[in-house]
Amino acid sequence: MRRSREPVLWALFTGGGMLTALVLPALIGVLLIAPPLGWIPPLRYEQVLGLVTHPVGRLLIIGFVSLSLFHWAHRFRYTLYDGLQLYHLNMLIAFFTYGLATVISGVTVYIVLGV
Amino acid sequence: MNPEYQRYHPKWYRRRMPIFWWLDKLPYVKFISREMTSVFVAYAAVVFLVQVWTIGRGAVAYQAFQDWLASPLVIGVHAAALVIVLFHSVTWLSLAPQALVVKLGKRRVPDSIVLLAHYGAWVLASVVVIWFFTRA
Repeated sequence: MRRSREPVLWALFTGGGMLTALVLPALIGVLLIAPPLGWIPPLRYEQVLGLVTHPVGRLLIIGFVSLSLFHWAHRFRYTLYDGLQLYHLNMLIAFFTYGLATVISGVTVYIVLGV
Repeated sequence: MNPEYQRYHPKWYRRRMPIFWWLDKLPYVKFISREMTSVFVAYAAVVFLVQVWTIGRGAVAYQAFQDWLASPLVIGVHAAALVIVLFHSVTWLSLAPQALVVKLGKRRVPDSIVLLAHYGAWVLASVVVIWFFTRA
């Protein structure tokens, strides 16, 4: 019997879900809302450049973006499956969601390594 | 053997579910809404990716990105995203007691303790994130 790939996908979904549940609200607040509104001083270019070029920083960015996208892919796929009753398009939806997550993760690696 | 039997051939009875079955009851709507929060998780990840990309393109591009972040429409979208992601966090953590069953000897740790521990982890993680990006 072929080993199902489902556990791997579920693990990515759960990991992404827990990581985003714990850090995403604070991250959105401190990076996307507070600095533009002037509540906290925005990070200077030299500072962010240092963060993004640091090896640990690179790994964290790649890991965070990838996990978030695979969390979305798995959840969205099953919501379309159950929510919109699109069982007959299962292969297509799976290909689209996980494919998109993989492509954007690849783009992330390319961008992060290119800074 | 008997082609006439085709007329009474037993077909599987499958109720066709309407596509918008989930709009019938509030619990169903809340469930689909909860699952749809993942779209905003993906959106946030992509915004951060774009931010890293502008950093790679230089200080002028980065400043342009910061200016874009400050435009009222974008602030509105991101504020909504924050609320929706908070909804994701709260609903995700509310499932933690069901997922994480801890037994001390024979007795099971109460659900409220597991949930409280997860909220504690959430607070701790948030404090670390905020501290990290404001300490400089």
